[in-house]
Amino acid sequence: MNMITKAVLLTSVLALAACSNKSDFVGDDVVDLNAGANTGFEGTGGANDPTSVAFFQQSVGDRVLFEVDTSTLTGQGRLILDGQTRWLTTNSDYTAIIEGHADEQGTREYNVALGERRANEVRDYLVSKGVPSSRLRVVSYGKERPIEICSQEGCYAKNRRAVTVLAAGLSG
Amino acid sequence: MTLRVLMAVVAICVLPVIAWAQNGPLRIEITEGVVEPMPFAAPNFVPESGAANEFAERLARVVVSDLAGTGLFREVPRDAYISQITSFDAPVQYVDWKAINAQALVTGAVNVSGSNLSVKFRVYDVFSGTEIGSGLQFAGTTQGWRRMAHKVADQVYARITGEQPYFDSRVVYVSEQGPKDKRRKRLAIMDYDGANVQYLTGSEHLVLAPRFSPTGDRVLYTSYETGFPRIYVLEVGSVKRRVLESQDGSMSFAPRFSPDGRTVVYSLARGGNTDIFRMDVASGSSVRLTSGPAIETAPSYSPDGSRIVFESDRSGSQQIYIMSANGGEAKRISFGKGRYGTPVWSPRGDLIAFTKQSKGRFHIGVMRTDGSEERLLTASFLDEGPTWSPNGRVIMFTRETQGSAGSASLYSVDISGRNLKRIPTEGGASDPSWSPLQR
Repeated sequence: MNMITKAVLLTSVLALAACSNKSDFVGDDVVDLNAGANTGFEGTGGANDPTSVAFFQQSVGDRVLFEVDTSTLTGQGRLILDGQTRWLTTNSDYTAIIEGHADEQGTREYNVALGERRANEVRDYLVSKGVPSSRLRVVSYGKERPIEICSQEGCYAKNRRAVTVLAAGLSG
Repeated sequence: MTLRVLMAVVAICVLPVIAWAQNGPLRIEITEGVVEPMPFAAPNFVPESGAANEFAERLARVVVSDLAGTGLFREVPRDAYISQITSFDAPVQYVDWKAINAQALVTGAVNVSGSNLSVKFRVYDVFSGTEIGSGLQFAGTTQGWRRMAHKVADQVYARITGEQPYFDSRVVYVSEQGPKDKRRKRLAIMDYDGANVQYLTGSEHLVLAPRFSPTGDRVLYTSYETGFPRIYVLEVGSVKRRVLESQDGSMSFAPRFSPDGRTVVYSLARGGNTDIFRMDVASGSSVRLTSGPAIETAPSYSPDGSRIVFESDRSGSQQIYIMSANGGEAKRISFGKGRYGTPVWSPRGDLIAFTKQSKGRFHIGVMRTDGSEERLLTASFLDEGPTWSPNGRVIMFTRETQGSAGSASLYSVDISGRNLKRIPTEGGASDPSWSPLQR
């Protein structure tokens, strides 16, 4: 499969994912794969295909969570990142942007810095396990992009996250 | 901005500036002790031409709103008036204003010729039967009529309180729309009281924390236009913007100008570490001011430009520190229970405003520059990001309400802790930055 084909498939998968995945932010995404997306290819690249983005998101797990005001990886977080490492090693055409996020309990600037710490913690772990650093970039959204919007720990826990967002062609 | 060029300030009676401090007996000393607002009257201005009629009441209304909005003054209801002001130069019937307990009286006249508008006013101490200061006249355009009213109110405020005023000022902020998980943000600018909103950017890219230049003509802010947070500078007049800091592989945010407007201090995050840098705006060259693995952010200059107050979690939690503007060793000044962030040096130099998190609540507070005399002015689910009025008497900040329907608004509070109020904005609003007094 050449790169162009893969990019088209990726676009359509992301477009499908956008319907259910609140972490897709049209407009602020680093790589605007959703732009001009069509809605074909439902059968290909689905969640059952282990090389698909949907598989990465749903089966491997695209995110790790953090305790309040920390950027330390939990045991479960490391397991998920081990899975991400295996997937990224197998699917070497993909690059990724790791998005760091914070919950709303914190000042704006500090949370941008905290999200950057979290994203880098994930990046450093993936690199230590063998993912080339040239395939990874980091960005922090601080508390600007919550996926859960209640003001309780149940929501905060899901917002304190680092999400590995797959992209194509960035390392070229 | 055309107003700035067109506005000429003309003293009807030429008097030295020092005379403005000659106030007679009527004076509000702004201290912790002031609780009872001073009653005053500001009848409709006298229209001196047919075209001026529509401005006669509007001007007086804005003057009243400015003065009463401080919490230091209270308007005497107009239906209590015994006499009316029909001539700007006729002698004031003090007895009529005394009878309704108006301690201060503001009279004005307005003249309109084409698109030019001129306003003159006088302030009286009703109980001693004297004029406070002398009459003044401002000239501008009909379009800028609200600024003329703010100028009048500024003079009244300054003459009665002895303080520098702040009404003829603007606020740049982030206008917000939509729920928390689909929030759209764009830069907006407005008068300090929420009027005359103008949008400076679209909402297609996330923007954060605009900050005025010392002269109010430029705004620093953070935008995700490239997908990564970067610092931009925007000319308010032309709305032209350019990226200021764009090192690849890093994120830049939390910018603020130095008092001379030539330098920008900001945070740069790279490799999991956020430090403070200083950039020369003209050359683009930057100097690192902090090092070490802690988060160092939210820097703010002292008014003389010699020092920088900032927050760091080097002690294990967010606290406030002061260092030289050249970096080097920093001294911690916050020692209370809780986390301290977003420090901002007051324009008078005497206080630091900050955000404090303690026991699940957020507060806006002030402390002296050595950390002493900490006072919390507000408490809520989420208050943050203080900005100072040009005279250092009032603090504006963001208040976000909790829950899935939560939204952000701008509030202001006097540094005494009194007069907490919401600034009217259309839609949500956050991250205010107060301009200097306009000229």
